Amino acid sequence: MKTYTNTGNKDTRSGFGAGLTELGKTNENVVALCADLIGSLKMDDFKANHPDRFFQVGIAEANMIGLAAGMTIGGKIPFTGTFANFSTGRVYDQIRQSVAYSDKNVKICASHAGLTLGEDGATHQILEDIGLMKMLPGMTVINTCDYNQTKAATIAIAEHHGPVYLRFGRPKVANFTPENQTFEIGKAVQLTEGNDVTIVATGHLVWEALEAAKALLEKGISAEVLNIHTIKPLDDKAILDSVSKTGCIVTAEEHNYLGGLGESVARVLALHHPTPQEFVATDDTFGESGTPEQLMEKYGLNADAIIKASEKVIKRK
Amino acid sequence: MPNTQQLQDLTTQVRRDILRMVHKVNSGHPGGSLGCAEFFVSLYQNIMDRKETFDMDGIGEDLFFLSNGHISPVFYSVLARSGYFPVNELNTFRLINSRLQGHPTTHEGLPGVRVASGSLGQGFSVALGAAETKKLNHDKHLVYSLHGDGELQEGQNWEGIMYAAANNIDNIISTIDLNGQQIDGATDDVLPMGSLRAKFEAFGWTVVDIEQGNDIDAILTGMAEAKALTGKGKPVCVLLKTVMGNGVDFMMHTHAWHGKAPNDEQLEIGLAQNPETLGDY
Repeated sequence: MKTYTNTGNKDTRSGFGAGLTELGKTNENVVALCADLIGSLKMDDFKANHPDRFFQVGIAEANMIGLAAGMTIGGKIPFTGTFANFSTGRVYDQIRQSVAYSDKNVKICASHAGLTLGEDGATHQILEDIGLMKMLPGMTVINTCDYNQTKAATIAIAEHHGPVYLRFGRPKVANFTPENQTFEIGKAVQLTEGNDVTIVATGHLVWEALEAAKALLEKGISAEVLNIHTIKPLDDKAILDSVSKTGCIVTAEEHNYLGGLGESVARVLALHHPTPQEFVATDDTFGESGTPEQLMEKYGLNADAIIKASEKVIKRK
Repeated sequence: MPNTQQLQDLTTQVRRDILRMVHKVNSGHPGGSLGCAEFFVSLYQNIMDRKETFDMDGIGEDLFFLSNGHISPVFYSVLARSGYFPVNELNTFRLINSRLQGHPTTHEGLPGVRVASGSLGQGFSVALGAAETKKLNHDKHLVYSLHGDGELQEGQNWEGIMYAAANNIDNIISTIDLNGQQIDGATDDVLPMGSLRAKFEAFGWTVVDIEQGNDIDAILTGMAEAKALTGKGKPVCVLLKTVMGNGVDFMMHTHAWHGKAPNDEQLEIGLAQNPETLGDY
Protein backbone atom coordinates (compact mmCIF):
# COMPACT_ATOMS: atom_id res chain seq x y z
CA MET A 1 0.00 0.00 0.00
CA LYS A 2 1.23 3.42 -0.88
CA THR A 3 2.22 5.34 2.24
CA TYR A 4 2.29 9.07 2.90
CA THR A 5 4.63 11.12 5.02
CA ASN A 6 3.55 14.00 7.18
CA THR A 7 6.08 16.69 6.36
CA GLY A 8 5.09 18.58 9.50
CA ASN A 9 1.79 19.73 10.94
CA LYS A 10 0.43 22.92 9.42
CA ASP A 11 -2.95 24.60 9.47
CA THR A 12 -5.07 24.61 6.31
CA ARG A 13 -5.95 28.27 6.84
CA SER A 14 -2.28 29.12 6.37
CA GLY A 15 -2.47 27.25 3.07
CA PHE A 16 -5.31 29.59 2.12
CA GLY A 17 -3.24 32.61 3.13
CA ALA A 18 -0.27 31.36 1.09
CA GLY A 19 -2.49 30.75 -1.93
CA LEU A 20 -3.96 34.22 -1.64
CA THR A 21 -0.48 35.72 -1.43
CA GLU A 22 0.43 33.90 -4.63
CA LEU A 23 -2.72 35.13 -6.37
CA GLY A 24 -1.90 38.67 -5.31
CA LYS A 25 1.25 38.46 -7.41
CA THR A 26 -0.19 36.62 -10.39
CA ASN A 27 -3.75 37.87 -10.86
CA GLU A 28 -4.41 41.59 -10.57
CA ASN A 29 -8.18 41.05 -10.65
CA VAL A 30 -8.14 39.16 -7.37
CA VAL A 31 -9.44 41.28 -4.48
CA ALA A 32 -9.89 40.18 -0.88
CA LEU A 33 -12.47 41.11 1.75
CA CYS A 34 -12.39 40.25 5.42
CA ALA A 35 -14.86 40.75 8.28
CA ASP A 36 -12.47 41.56 11.13
CA LEU A 37 -10.56 38.26 11.10
CA ILE A 38 -7.45 39.05 9.07
CA GLY A 39 -5.08 37.23 11.42
CA SER A 40 -7.32 34.19 11.80
CA LEU A 41 -7.73 33.85 8.03
CA LYS A 42 -4.01 34.51 7.38
CA MET A 43 -4.81 37.35 5.01
CA ASP A 44 -2.10 39.63 6.47
CA ASP A 45 0.34 39.18 3.58
CA PHE A 46 -2.20 39.98 0.90
CA LYS A 47 -3.29 43.05 2.84
CA ALA A 48 0.26 44.27 3.30
CA ASN A 49 1.26 43.69 -0.32
CA HIS A 50 -1.95 44.91 -1.98
CA PRO A 51 -3.65 47.44 0.29
CA ASP A 52 -5.59 48.82 -2.68
CA ARG A 53 -7.12 45.40 -3.36
CA PHE A 54 -7.88 44.54 0.26
CA PHE A 55 -11.16 45.54 1.91
CA GLN A 56 -11.69 45.45 5.66
CA VAL A 57 -15.47 45.41 6.05
CA GLY A 58 -15.73 45.15 9.82
CA ILE A 59 -18.07 42.78 11.62
CA ALA A 60 -20.65 42.95 8.86
CA GLU A 61 -20.69 39.70 6.94
CA ALA A 62 -23.93 40.35 5.05
CA ASN A 63 -22.47 43.54 3.64
CA MET A 64 -19.25 41.69 2.79
CA ILE A 65 -21.08 39.14 0.63
CA GLY A 66 -23.07 41.86 -1.15
CA LEU A 67 -19.96 43.97 -1.71
CA ALA A 68 -18.21 40.94 -3.18
CA ALA A 69 -21.12 40.29 -5.55
CA GLY A 70 -21.04 43.91 -6.71
CA MET A 71 -17.26 43.91 -7.14
CA THR A 72 -17.51 41.18 -9.77
CA ILE A 73 -19.30 43.71 -11.99
CA GLY A 74 -16.31 45.21 -13.76
CA GLY A 75 -14.22 42.06 -13.66
CA LYS A 76 -12.85 41.65 -10.14
CA ILE A 77 -12.57 38.22 -8.49
CA PRO A 78 -13.45 38.72 -4.82
CA PHE A 79 -12.28 36.31 -2.11
CA THR A 80 -14.22 36.76 1.14
CA GLY A 81 -12.73 35.57 4.40
CA THR A 82 -14.35 34.78 7.72
CA PHE A 83 -15.20 31.74 9.86
CA ALA A 84 -17.30 29.02 8.19
CA ASN A 85 -20.26 29.76 10.43
CA PHE A 86 -20.34 33.42 9.45
CA SER A 87 -19.53 32.58 5.82
CA THR A 88 -22.65 30.47 5.36
CA GLY A 89 -25.44 30.32 7.91
CA ARG A 90 -25.24 33.97 8.84
CA VAL A 91 -25.36 35.14 5.22
CA TYR A 92 -27.30 32.39 3.49
CA ASP A 93 -29.84 34.66 1.84
CA GLN A 94 -27.17 37.10 0.67
CA ILE A 95 -25.24 34.24 -0.93
CA ARG A 96 -28.39 32.76 -2.37
CA GLN A 97 -29.71 35.89 -4.09
CA SER A 98 -26.74 38.20 -4.71
CA VAL A 99 -24.14 35.50 -5.45
CA ALA A 100 -25.55 32.12 -6.49
CA TYR A 101 -28.78 33.13 -8.25
CA SER A 102 -27.00 36.12 -9.76
CA ASP A 103 -24.13 33.86 -10.91
CA LYS A 104 -21.44 36.10 -9.46
CA ASN A 105 -17.81 35.07 -9.50
CA VAL A 106 -17.33 35.21 -5.73
CA LYS A 107 -15.04 32.90 -3.76
CA ILE A 108 -16.38 32.36 -0.25
CA CYS A 109 -13.41 31.23 1.81
CA ALA A 110 -14.28 29.78 5.18
CA SER A 111 -11.94 28.91 8.01
CA HIS A 112 -12.52 27.30 11.42
CA ALA A 113 -15.03 24.84 9.98
CA GLY A 114 -16.29 21.92 12.02
CA LEU A 115 -15.49 20.65 15.49
CA THR A 116 -11.73 21.23 15.21
CA LEU A 117 -12.30 24.90 15.91
CA GLY A 118 -12.11 23.53 19.45
CA GLU A 119 -12.56 25.49 22.63
CA ASP A 120 -14.83 28.25 21.27
CA GLY A 121 -17.64 25.71 21.28
CA ALA A 122 -20.81 25.08 19.34
CA THR A 123 -21.72 28.70 18.52
CA HIS A 124 -18.70 28.72 16.22
CA GLN A 125 -18.44 25.05 15.20
CA ILE A 126 -20.62 24.84 12.13
CA LEU A 127 -21.39 21.28 11.03
CA GLU A 128 -24.06 22.21 8.51
CA ASP A 129 -22.18 24.42 6.08
CA ILE A 130 -21.45 21.84 3.39
CA GLY A 131 -25.14 21.05 3.20
CA LEU A 132 -26.14 24.71 3.07
CA MET A 133 -23.71 25.45 0.27
CA LYS A 134 -24.16 22.32 -1.81
CA MET A 135 -27.90 22.93 -2.01
CA LEU A 136 -27.36 26.20 -3.86
CA PRO A 137 -27.61 25.71 -7.63
CA GLY A 138 -24.33 26.50 -9.37
CA MET A 139 -22.24 26.55 -6.19
CA THR A 140 -18.96 24.61 -6.22
CA VAL A 141 -18.12 23.18 -2.78
CA ILE A 142 -14.54 22.31 -1.84
CA ASN A 143 -13.20 21.01 1.49
CA THR A 144 -9.43 20.63 1.47
CA CYS A 145 -7.41 18.22 3.59
CA ASP A 146 -4.05 19.85 4.29
CA TYR A 147 -1.91 22.95 3.86
CA ASN A 148 -0.55 22.10 0.42
CA GLN A 149 -3.92 21.18 -0.99
CA THR A 150 -5.60 24.28 0.44
CA LYS A 151 -2.96 26.50 -1.14
CA ALA A 152 -3.41 24.77 -4.50
CA ALA A 153 -7.20 24.95 -4.28
CA THR A 154 -7.11 28.67 -3.46
CA ILE A 155 -5.07 29.31 -6.57
CA ALA A 156 -7.24 27.02 -8.72
CA ILE A 157 -10.59 28.59 -7.85
CA ALA A 158 -9.47 31.98 -9.15
CA GLU A 159 -9.36 30.41 -12.62
CA HIS A 160 -12.81 28.88 -12.29
CA HIS A 161 -15.68 31.20 -13.26
CA GLY A 162 -18.58 30.98 -10.83
CA PRO A 163 -19.33 30.97 -7.12
CA VAL A 164 -17.19 28.70 -4.97
CA TYR A 165 -17.33 27.71 -1.29
CA LEU A 166 -13.84 26.81 -0.04
CA ARG A 167 -13.85 25.22 3.43
CA PHE A 168 -10.82 24.77 5.63
CA GLY A 169 -9.89 24.75 9.31
CA ARG A 170 -8.10 26.12 12.30
CA PRO A 171 -5.80 23.44 13.82
CA LYS A 172 -2.40 22.29 12.66
CA VAL A 173 -2.84 18.95 10.93
CA ALA A 174 -0.67 16.58 8.92
CA ASN A 175 0.63 18.06 5.68
CA PHE A 176 1.13 15.16 3.30
CA THR A 177 -0.06 16.02 -0.21
CA PRO A 178 2.54 17.22 -2.74
CA GLU A 179 3.86 20.74 -2.61
CA ASN A 180 2.94 22.81 -5.66
CA GLN A 181 0.36 20.24 -6.79
CA THR A 182 -2.13 20.97 -9.55
CA PHE A 183 -5.61 21.15 -8.11
CA GLU A 184 -8.39 19.86 -10.35
CA ILE A 185 -11.85 20.94 -9.21
CA GLY A 186 -14.24 17.99 -9.19
CA LYS A 187 -11.56 15.34 -9.52
CA ALA A 188 -11.09 12.85 -6.69
CA VAL A 189 -7.57 11.82 -5.76
CA GLN A 190 -6.96 8.13 -5.21
CA LEU A 191 -4.51 7.86 -2.34
CA THR A 192 -4.32 4.10 -1.84
CA GLU A 193 -5.40 1.08 -3.83
CA GLY A 194 -7.42 -1.60 -2.12
CA ASN A 195 -9.97 -4.34 -2.72
CA ASP A 196 -11.95 -4.81 0.47
CA VAL A 197 -13.44 -1.42 1.28
CA THR A 198 -13.56 2.06 -0.24
CA ILE A 199 -13.01 4.97 2.14
CA VAL A 200 -13.95 8.37 0.74
CA ALA A 201 -12.92 11.20 3.01
CA THR A 202 -12.87 14.97 2.85
CA GLY A 203 -11.08 17.71 4.80
CA HIS A 204 -9.32 16.81 8.02
CA LEU A 205 -10.67 13.25 7.82
CA VAL A 206 -8.47 12.37 4.83
CA TRP A 207 -5.36 11.92 6.96
CA GLU A 208 -7.40 9.94 9.48
CA ALA A 209 -8.55 7.72 6.60
CA LEU A 210 -4.92 7.02 5.68
CA GLU A 211 -4.12 6.18 9.28
CA ALA A 212 -7.14 3.88 9.32
CA ALA A 213 -6.06 2.20 6.08
CA LYS A 214 -2.65 1.43 7.61
CA ALA A 215 -4.25 -0.15 10.68
CA LEU A 216 -6.74 -2.07 8.56
CA LEU A 217 -3.92 -3.51 6.46
CA GLU A 218 -2.38 -4.94 9.62
CA LYS A 219 -5.69 -6.73 10.14
CA GLY A 220 -5.51 -8.05 6.59
CA ILE A 221 -8.05 -5.59 5.15
CA SER A 222 -7.04 -3.61 2.08
CA ALA A 223 -8.72 -0.21 1.88
CA GLU A 224 -8.91 2.09 -1.11
CA VAL A 225 -8.78 5.69 0.09
CA LEU A 226 -10.16 8.48 -2.06
CA ASN A 227 -9.55 12.13 -1.20
CA ILE A 228 -12.78 13.86 -2.18
CA HIS A 229 -11.79 17.50 -1.94
CA THR A 230 -14.68 18.61 -4.16
CA ILE A 231 -18.07 17.68 -2.76
CA LYS A 232 -19.87 19.47 -5.57
CA PRO A 233 -19.52 18.64 -8.37
CA LEU A 234 -18.86 15.16 -7.02
CA ASP A 235 -16.54 12.79 -8.91
CA ASP A 236 -19.20 10.10 -9.41
CA LYS A 237 -16.99 8.03 -11.67
CA ALA A 238 -14.13 7.68 -9.21
CA ILE A 239 -16.56 6.54 -6.49
CA LEU A 240 -18.39 4.09 -8.75
CA ASP A 241 -15.16 2.65 -10.15
CA SER A 242 -13.89 2.02 -6.64
CA VAL A 243 -17.05 0.43 -5.18
CA SER A 244 -17.43 -1.79 -8.22
CA LYS A 245 -14.16 -3.33 -7.04
CA THR A 246 -14.58 -3.20 -3.23
CA GLY A 247 -18.34 -3.64 -2.87
CA CYS A 248 -18.70 -1.39 0.18
CA ILE A 249 -17.90 2.15 1.25
CA VAL A 250 -17.24 4.38 4.25
CA THR A 251 -17.66 8.14 3.95
CA ALA A 252 -15.81 10.35 6.42
CA GLU A 253 -16.26 14.05 7.05
CA GLU A 254 -16.23 16.69 9.78
CA HIS A 255 -19.89 17.53 9.26
CA ASN A 256 -23.38 16.41 10.11
CA TYR A 257 -24.32 13.22 8.27
CA LEU A 258 -27.38 15.18 7.13
CA GLY A 259 -26.38 17.29 4.18
CA GLY A 260 -22.77 16.23 3.99
CA LEU A 261 -20.49 14.29 1.66
CA GLY A 262 -21.99 10.98 2.77
CA GLU A 263 -25.44 11.91 1.54
CA SER A 264 -24.08 13.00 -1.82
CA VAL A 265 -22.24 9.70 -2.16
CA ALA A 266 -25.34 7.75 -1.10
CA ARG A 267 -27.33 9.37 -3.90
CA VAL A 268 -24.76 8.39 -6.51
CA LEU A 269 -24.74 4.82 -5.23
CA ALA A 270 -28.54 4.60 -5.02
CA LEU A 271 -28.86 5.74 -8.62
CA HIS A 272 -26.09 3.69 -10.18
CA HIS A 273 -24.70 0.98 -7.90
CA PRO A 274 -26.50 0.27 -4.63
CA THR A 275 -23.75 -0.47 -2.13
CA PRO A 276 -23.53 -0.88 1.67
CA GLN A 277 -22.34 2.41 3.17
CA GLU A 278 -21.35 3.57 6.65
CA PHE A 279 -21.18 7.22 7.64
CA VAL A 280 -18.38 8.72 9.73
CA ALA A 281 -19.93 12.09 10.53
CA THR A 282 -21.61 13.87 13.41
CA ASP A 283 -24.98 12.44 14.34
CA ASP A 284 -27.31 15.43 13.94
CA THR A 285 -25.84 17.24 16.91
CA PHE A 286 -24.15 20.48 17.90
CA GLY A 287 -20.56 20.40 19.11
CA GLU A 288 -19.10 21.68 22.39
CA SER A 289 -15.90 23.09 23.87
CA GLY A 290 -12.80 20.90 24.05
CA THR A 291 -9.52 20.31 22.29
CA PRO A 292 -9.80 19.28 18.65
CA GLU A 293 -8.50 15.79 19.46
CA GLN A 294 -10.96 15.30 22.33
CA LEU A 295 -13.84 16.45 20.18
CA MET A 296 -12.93 14.28 17.20
CA GLU A 297 -12.75 11.29 19.51
CA LYS A 298 -15.96 12.05 21.39
CA TYR A 299 -17.95 12.66 18.20
CA GLY A 300 -16.44 9.69 16.36
CA LEU A 301 -14.50 11.50 13.66
CA ASN A 302 -11.04 9.91 13.78
CA ALA A 303 -9.09 6.93 12.45
CA ASP A 304 -10.58 4.62 15.08
CA ALA A 305 -14.09 5.52 13.98
CA ILE A 306 -13.15 4.89 10.34
CA ILE A 307 -11.66 1.48 11.23
CA LYS A 308 -14.82 0.44 13.08
CA ALA A 309 -17.04 1.67 10.26
CA SER A 310 -14.94 -0.21 7.72
CA GLU A 311 -15.15 -3.48 9.62
CA LYS A 312 -18.88 -3.03 10.00
CA VAL A 313 -19.55 -2.25 6.36
CA ILE A 314 -17.46 -5.18 5.13
CA LYS A 315 -19.74 -7.50 7.13
CA ARG A 316 -22.75 -5.99 5.33
CA LYS A 317 -21.47 -6.98 1.88
CA MET B 1 -31.61 64.60 -24.81
CA PRO B 2 -35.41 64.43 -24.46
CA ASN B 3 -37.22 67.46 -23.08
CA THR B 4 -39.62 67.46 -20.15
CA GLN B 5 -42.70 66.93 -22.32
CA GLN B 6 -41.11 63.92 -24.00
CA LEU B 7 -40.16 62.49 -20.62
CA GLN B 8 -43.72 63.11 -19.43
CA ASP B 9 -45.15 61.32 -22.44
CA LEU B 10 -42.89 58.36 -21.85
CA THR B 11 -43.88 58.32 -18.19
CA THR B 12 -47.55 58.13 -19.14
CA GLN B 13 -46.82 55.23 -21.46
CA VAL B 14 -44.80 53.50 -18.74
CA ARG B 15 -47.80 53.81 -16.40
CA ARG B 16 -49.94 52.09 -19.00
CA ASP B 17 -47.33 49.35 -19.33
CA ILE B 18 -47.28 48.83 -15.56
CA LEU B 19 -51.06 48.59 -15.30
CA ARG B 20 -51.37 46.23 -18.25
CA MET B 21 -48.50 44.00 -17.11
CA VAL B 22 -49.85 43.40 -13.61
CA HIS B 23 -53.45 43.16 -14.81
CA LYS B 24 -52.66 40.43 -17.30
CA VAL B 25 -51.14 38.08 -14.72
CA ASN B 26 -53.27 39.33 -11.83
CA SER B 27 -50.17 39.79 -9.71
CA GLY B 28 -47.21 42.08 -9.24
CA HIS B 29 -46.57 45.42 -7.56
CA PRO B 30 -48.17 48.45 -9.23
CA GLY B 31 -48.13 50.92 -6.31
CA GLY B 32 -44.39 51.45 -5.90
CA SER B 33 -43.87 51.05 -9.64
CA LEU B 34 -46.22 53.92 -10.46
CA GLY B 35 -44.68 56.08 -7.75
CA CYS B 36 -41.23 55.74 -9.30
CA ALA B 37 -42.17 56.07 -12.98
CA GLU B 38 -40.94 59.66 -13.33
CA PHE B 39 -37.69 58.77 -11.55
CA PHE B 40 -36.93 55.76 -13.77
CA VAL B 41 -37.77 57.63 -16.96
CA SER B 42 -35.60 60.60 -15.96
CA LEU B 43 -32.76 58.32 -14.86
CA TYR B 44 -32.58 56.21 -18.02
CA GLN B 45 -33.46 58.90 -20.55
CA ASN B 46 -31.62 61.86 -19.17
CA ILE B 47 -29.50 61.39 -16.07
CA MET B 48 -27.36 58.30 -16.63
CA ASP B 49 -24.49 58.16 -19.07
CA ARG B 50 -25.03 54.69 -20.46
CA LYS B 51 -24.13 52.62 -23.47
CA GLU B 52 -26.68 51.58 -26.06
CA THR B 53 -25.83 47.92 -25.70
CA PHE B 54 -25.71 45.92 -22.50
CA ASP B 55 -22.76 44.09 -21.04
CA MET B 56 -22.54 42.82 -17.50
CA ASP B 57 -19.30 44.58 -16.58
CA GLY B 58 -20.57 48.03 -17.54
CA ILE B 59 -17.11 49.55 -17.76
CA GLY B 60 -17.17 53.12 -19.05
CA GLU B 61 -20.82 53.80 -18.25
CA ASP B 62 -23.04 54.62 -15.28
CA LEU B 63 -24.67 51.66 -13.56
CA PHE B 64 -28.03 51.29 -11.87
CA PHE B 65 -29.07 48.79 -9.20
CA LEU B 66 -32.66 48.26 -8.11
CA SER B 67 -32.70 47.03 -4.52
CA ASN B 68 -36.48 46.95 -4.01
CA GLY B 69 -36.91 44.43 -6.80
CA HIS B 70 -40.66 44.09 -6.40
CA ILE B 71 -41.15 47.26 -8.44
CA SER B 72 -39.96 45.26 -11.44
CA PRO B 73 -42.86 46.45 -13.67
CA VAL B 74 -41.50 50.00 -13.87
CA PHE B 75 -37.93 48.71 -14.23
CA TYR B 76 -38.86 46.36 -17.10
CA SER B 77 -40.99 48.95 -18.89
CA VAL B 78 -38.28 51.60 -18.79
CA LEU B 79 -35.54 49.11 -19.75
CA ALA B 80 -37.58 47.97 -22.74
CA ARG B 81 -38.47 51.48 -23.79
CA SER B 82 -34.81 52.48 -23.42
CA GLY B 83 -33.86 49.82 -25.95
CA TYR B 84 -32.46 46.99 -23.82
CA PHE B 85 -34.97 44.40 -25.09
CA PRO B 86 -38.08 44.35 -27.29
CA VAL B 87 -41.07 46.21 -25.85
CA ASN B 88 -43.28 43.27 -26.86
CA GLU B 89 -41.51 41.14 -24.30
CA LEU B 90 -43.37 43.06 -21.56
CA ASN B 91 -46.22 40.77 -22.59
CA THR B 92 -44.39 37.87 -20.92
CA PHE B 93 -44.12 39.45 -17.45
CA ARG B 94 -44.38 36.77 -14.76
CA LEU B 95 -45.26 34.06 -17.28
CA ILE B 96 -43.52 30.73 -17.43
CA ASN B 97 -40.32 30.62 -19.51
CA SER B 98 -40.05 34.41 -19.42
CA ARG B 99 -36.96 36.54 -18.87
CA LEU B 100 -39.24 38.97 -17.00
CA GLN B 101 -39.42 37.15 -13.68
CA GLY B 102 -41.60 38.44 -10.85
CA HIS B 103 -38.49 39.99 -9.37
CA PRO B 104 -35.52 41.04 -11.53
CA THR B 105 -32.76 38.52 -12.08
CA THR B 106 -29.69 37.95 -14.19
CA HIS B 107 -30.52 34.24 -14.30
CA GLU B 108 -32.52 34.37 -17.53
CA GLY B 109 -30.12 36.81 -19.13
CA LEU B 110 -32.40 39.84 -19.36
CA PRO B 111 -30.32 42.77 -20.65
CA GLY B 112 -30.21 45.70 -18.23
CA VAL B 113 -30.24 43.66 -15.02
CA ARG B 114 -26.93 43.14 -13.21
CA VAL B 115 -28.01 41.42 -10.01
CA ALA B 116 -31.07 39.65 -8.67
CA SER B 117 -33.15 41.58 -6.16
CA GLY B 118 -36.36 40.85 -4.33
CA SER B 119 -35.16 39.65 -0.97
CA LEU B 120 -34.85 43.14 0.46
CA GLY B 121 -31.91 45.03 1.85
CA GLN B 122 -29.13 43.68 -0.35
CA GLY B 123 -28.86 46.46 -2.93
CA PHE B 124 -26.69 48.89 -0.99
CA SER B 125 -23.94 46.32 -0.56
CA VAL B 126 -24.00 45.24 -4.20
CA ALA B 127 -24.05 48.81 -5.53
CA LEU B 128 -21.19 49.76 -3.19
CA GLY B 129 -19.18 46.79 -4.40
CA ALA B 130 -19.69 47.89 -8.00
CA ALA B 131 -18.64 51.42 -6.99
CA GLU B 132 -15.44 50.03 -5.41
CA THR B 133 -14.64 48.18 -8.63
CA LYS B 134 -15.21 51.37 -10.65
CA LYS B 135 -12.59 53.04 -8.46
CA LEU B 136 -10.17 50.12 -8.90
CA ASN B 137 -10.71 50.29 -12.66
CA HIS B 138 -10.18 54.09 -12.68
CA ASP B 139 -13.63 54.34 -14.25
CA LYS B 140 -15.02 57.79 -13.49
CA HIS B 141 -18.64 56.81 -14.10
CA LEU B 142 -21.20 56.68 -11.32
CA VAL B 143 -23.27 54.01 -9.65
CA TYR B 144 -26.95 54.75 -9.00
CA SER B 145 -29.21 52.70 -6.78
CA LEU B 146 -32.84 52.78 -5.66
CA HIS B 147 -34.22 51.49 -2.35
CA GLY B 148 -37.64 51.47 -0.75
CA ASP B 149 -38.11 53.36 2.49
CA GLY B 150 -39.69 50.38 4.22
CA GLU B 151 -36.77 48.32 2.93
CA LEU B 152 -34.45 50.30 5.19
CA GLN B 153 -35.83 48.29 8.10
CA GLU B 154 -33.49 45.49 6.97
CA GLY B 155 -30.24 45.63 8.95
CA GLN B 156 -27.87 44.88 6.08
CA ASN B 157 -28.60 48.33 4.63
CA TRP B 158 -26.99 50.00 7.60
CA GLU B 159 -23.89 47.82 7.34
CA GLY B 160 -23.48 49.11 3.81
CA ILE B 161 -24.39 52.68 4.66
CA MET B 162 -21.76 52.65 7.44
CA TYR B 163 -19.16 51.09 5.15
CA ALA B 164 -19.70 53.62 2.35
CA ALA B 165 -18.86 56.71 4.34
CA ALA B 166 -16.01 55.02 6.21
CA ASN B 167 -14.43 54.17 2.88
CA ASN B 168 -15.16 57.48 1.14
CA ILE B 169 -17.21 55.90 -1.62
CA ASP B 170 -18.14 59.12 -3.38
CA ASN B 171 -19.07 57.71 -6.78
CA ILE B 172 -22.51 56.51 -5.74
CA ILE B 173 -25.92 58.19 -5.63
CA SER B 174 -28.39 56.08 -3.67
CA THR B 175 -32.01 57.15 -3.86
CA ILE B 176 -34.61 56.26 -1.27
CA ASP B 177 -38.18 56.06 -2.53
CA LEU B 178 -39.85 57.90 0.32
CA ASN B 179 -43.48 56.97 -0.21
CA GLY B 180 -44.17 56.23 3.45
CA GLN B 181 -45.95 52.96 2.72
CA GLN B 182 -45.19 49.27 3.05
CA ILE B 183 -47.24 46.09 2.77
CA ASP B 184 -48.88 46.23 6.19
CA GLY B 185 -49.51 49.98 6.21
CA ALA B 186 -47.73 53.28 6.68
CA THR B 187 -44.04 52.91 7.52
CA ASP B 188 -44.68 55.12 10.54
CA ASP B 189 -47.17 52.56 11.82
CA VAL B 190 -45.28 49.38 10.94
CA LEU B 191 -41.84 50.40 12.23
CA PRO B 192 -41.19 54.14 12.46
CA MET B 193 -37.71 55.02 11.26
CA GLY B 194 -37.56 58.61 12.41
CA SER B 195 -35.66 61.10 10.30
CA LEU B 196 -33.90 59.38 7.43
CA ARG B 197 -32.02 62.60 6.71
CA ALA B 198 -30.66 62.63 10.25
CA LYS B 199 -29.78 58.94 10.02
CA PHE B 200 -27.92 59.22 6.71
CA GLU B 201 -26.11 62.35 7.87
CA ALA B 202 -25.14 60.65 11.10
CA PHE B 203 -23.73 57.80 9.00
CA GLY B 204 -21.62 60.30 7.04
CA TRP B 205 -23.61 60.72 3.84
CA THR B 206 -24.49 63.91 2.00
CA VAL B 207 -28.26 64.12 1.67
CA VAL B 208 -30.30 65.76 -1.08
CA ASP B 209 -34.07 66.12 -0.76
CA ILE B 210 -36.39 65.96 -3.74
CA GLU B 211 -39.70 67.03 -2.27
CA GLN B 212 -41.65 66.63 -5.51
CA GLY B 213 -40.50 63.15 -6.49
CA ASN B 214 -43.21 62.81 -9.15
CA ASP B 215 -42.26 66.03 -10.90
CA ILE B 216 -39.78 65.47 -13.71
CA ASP B 217 -38.19 68.92 -13.50
CA ALA B 218 -37.77 68.56 -9.76
CA ILE B 219 -36.15 65.14 -10.27
CA LEU B 220 -33.76 66.46 -12.93
CA THR B 221 -32.78 69.42 -10.75
CA GLY B 222 -32.34 67.33 -7.62
CA MET B 223 -30.35 64.61 -9.35
CA ALA B 224 -28.10 67.22 -10.99
CA GLU B 225 -27.45 68.62 -7.55
CA ALA B 226 -26.67 65.11 -6.28
CA LYS B 227 -24.31 64.49 -9.18
CA ALA B 228 -22.47 67.72 -8.42
CA LEU B 229 -21.92 66.44 -4.89
CA THR B 230 -20.15 63.24 -6.02
CA GLY B 231 -16.38 63.03 -6.03
CA LYS B 232 -16.09 64.96 -2.78
CA GLY B 233 -15.20 62.12 -0.44
CA LYS B 234 -18.71 61.29 0.73
CA PRO B 235 -21.50 59.06 -0.58
CA VAL B 236 -24.64 60.86 -1.71
CA CYS B 237 -28.19 59.94 -0.72
CA VAL B 238 -31.31 61.32 -2.40
CA LEU B 239 -34.54 61.29 -0.41
CA LEU B 240 -37.15 61.15 -3.16
CA LYS B 241 -40.60 61.93 -1.82
CA THR B 242 -43.09 60.11 -4.04
CA VAL B 243 -46.75 59.18 -4.00
CA MET B 244 -47.38 55.47 -4.19
CA GLY B 245 -49.69 54.66 -7.10
CA ASN B 246 -49.07 58.06 -8.68
CA GLY B 247 -51.08 58.81 -11.83
CA VAL B 248 -53.98 56.47 -11.06
CA ASP B 249 -56.24 58.30 -8.65
CA PHE B 250 -57.71 55.36 -6.77
CA MET B 251 -54.26 53.84 -6.21
CA MET B 252 -52.71 56.98 -4.73
CA HIS B 253 -51.87 57.70 -1.07
CA THR B 254 -52.49 54.15 0.14
CA HIS B 255 -50.55 50.95 0.70
CA ALA B 256 -53.50 48.95 -0.67
CA TRP B 257 -51.97 48.66 -4.15
CA HIS B 258 -48.50 47.66 -3.02
CA GLY B 259 -48.88 44.15 -4.35
CA LYS B 260 -52.33 43.92 -5.90
CA ALA B 261 -53.39 43.99 -9.54
CA PRO B 262 -56.38 45.96 -10.85
CA ASN B 263 -59.42 44.07 -12.15
CA ASP B 264 -60.80 44.67 -15.67
CA GLU B 265 -62.86 47.68 -14.68
CA GLN B 266 -60.11 49.23 -12.58
CA LEU B 267 -57.67 48.74 -15.45
CA GLU B 268 -59.92 50.68 -17.82
CA ILE B 269 -60.22 53.54 -15.34
CA GLY B 270 -56.46 53.62 -14.85
CA LEU B 271 -55.75 53.54 -18.59
CA ALA B 272 -58.32 56.28 -19.24
CA GLN B 273 -56.40 58.48 -16.81
CA ASN B 274 -53.22 57.79 -18.80
CA PRO B 275 -53.94 58.07 -22.52
CA GLU B 276 -51.65 56.20 -24.90
CA THR B 277 -48.66 58.31 -25.97
CA LEU B 278 -45.98 56.15 -27.59
CA GLY B 279 -48.02 53.07 -28.41
CA ASP B 280 -48.94 50.10 -26.25
CA TYR B 281 -46.86 46.93 -26.55
